[in-house]
Amino acid sequence: MTYLRLLYVFFRIGVLGELAYRVNFFVQLFQSLLGLGTALAGLAVIFTHTDRLGGWRPDELIVLVGVYMLVGGAINLVIQPSMERLIESVREGTLDFTLTKPEDAQLLVSVQAVQIWQLTDVVLGFGVLIVALIRLGAAVGVWQAAAFGVALLAGGAIVYSFWLILATCSFWFVRVENILVIFQSMYEAGRWPVSLYPGWLRFALTFVVPVAFATTVPAQALTGRLTGQTLLGAVALAAALLVGSRLFWRFGIRYYSGASA
Amino acid sequence: MRDLLEVYVQQFKTTLATQVQYRAALVIWLIGHILDPVIYLVVWDTVARSSGGRVGTFSTGDFGAYFILLMLVNHATFTWIMYEYDYRIRHGDLSFALLRPIHPIHADIADNVSFKLITLMFMLPIAAGLAIVFRATLPLIPWALAAFVPALLLAFIVRFLVEWTLAMVAFWTTRVSAINQMYYVAALFLSGQVAPLSLMPFPIQVVATLLPFRWIIGFPVELLLGRLTPGEVLMGFAAQGVWLAIGLALLKIVWRASVRQYSAVGS
Repeated sequence: MTYLRLLYVFFRIGVLGELAYRVNFFVQLFQSLLGLGTALAGLAVIFTHTDRLGGWRPDELIVLVGVYMLVGGAINLVIQPSMERLIESVREGTLDFTLTKPEDAQLLVSVQAVQIWQLTDVVLGFGVLIVALIRLGAAVGVWQAAAFGVALLAGGAIVYSFWLILATCSFWFVRVENILVIFQSMYEAGRWPVSLYPGWLRFALTFVVPVAFATTVPAQALTGRLTGQTLLGAVALAAALLVGSRLFWRFGIRYYSGASA
Repeated sequence: MRDLLEVYVQQFKTTLATQVQYRAALVIWLIGHILDPVIYLVVWDTVARSSGGRVGTFSTGDFGAYFILLMLVNHATFTWIMYEYDYRIRHGDLSFALLRPIHPIHADIADNVSFKLITLMFMLPIAAGLAIVFRATLPLIPWALAAFVPALLLAFIVRFLVEWTLAMVAFWTTRVSAINQMYYVAALFLSGQVAPLSLMPFPIQVVATLLPFRWIIGFPVELLLGRLTPGEVLMGFAAQGVWLAIGLALLKIVWRASVRQYSAVGS
């Protein structure tokens, strides 16, 4: 309960900070719409030449576009800005202040920055998802919806842990922002089903940079492609990474010497 | 002229020294620029294989050659100036550039070319590797190869002029990210990066022919692949010439207006 309250407080601070720059909302909305338009126009071009892409129908790929925007928006909303600030605060030594607070430091650093206008991507992604599902005429069963929810949560947990592990590396190697940028350019690839890619790239997108779990797997759940095995695998990986990143974070903290100590 | 050459040589040395320091940034840049064409290549490869091995006049091997060449041409002509100018203006870095006795565009061109020379060492082996993985088939036509060189050079100059001029928008507004994204999206569809232009709907092909995008990326690629008749190639050179003239004129006008608009930090 305390954790939820803390989350809410940080969120509110983020909102208040950004409300001073209201034009940013329109700029961000415009950019989100442009991104969505680009994705849909790309699909339109491809589907003038075929009616299926690697077994996916147009509306199923729009589902994937929705998931891609939703997850990407969530990453840009809180995970990326918080982790960037963590890396910065390790370099500048201001992490000291966070560590002395009487709450769990991992939680504090994970929600410390919120880029509130990225919510446009989240909302748009959700809208696209719903429109695509209506067009598919898919009667999404309770099980499919549940599987989607679980896959989305697992994907989110995997991406979060992945970022936390990378950001924790900054205790040893001070400048690691660059590695985070790699994730962003690799995330582009998640707009298409990973099954399309040749083996080596699919492997990289699944296990080196876990883009597949963030986008393809939840979309599979909604379009009735997900096997129980994949879902179980995703949940198991999420659990393992959550625990692993937690342990690694603790280990990193012990190594952190602070700015003045 | 000699002085200018010296400027370029010095800039090359500086850029080289800087890039060696920022190796990680190089790797990131490489991943971004390689992944994009590879993604579209994979998509079109999938489409071709599911519809009997070809789409329009493109076989899977043709797609491989097209997108790998596209990656190289895009690498040769791209600039990052639009993403940098707003920073330069906001932080007052531009003031120093203005104090120098030559036009600041020369330093940017030299910086750009030096960066390309360094990254080419990575791009060529990667392109070769991708060509093997995707079984690209590159037809070698001597006259096309000869015509490719001036086409690429013109494409570079035109793109540099257009994007450098567009970067001047930063003198009037600091919210350039939306404008840059619009330009990026237009270039994505109209220059042949999403798909070869001949596979695009007809209206888009018409628009692409009228705007500069095709002539700064798609044209050299199509030319080298031997997909253009000599008549079309001549028309392409003419289009590049027209855009060169427009670009030079615009640059001159916009730059003069921009500098007048500029008020430096501390002045």
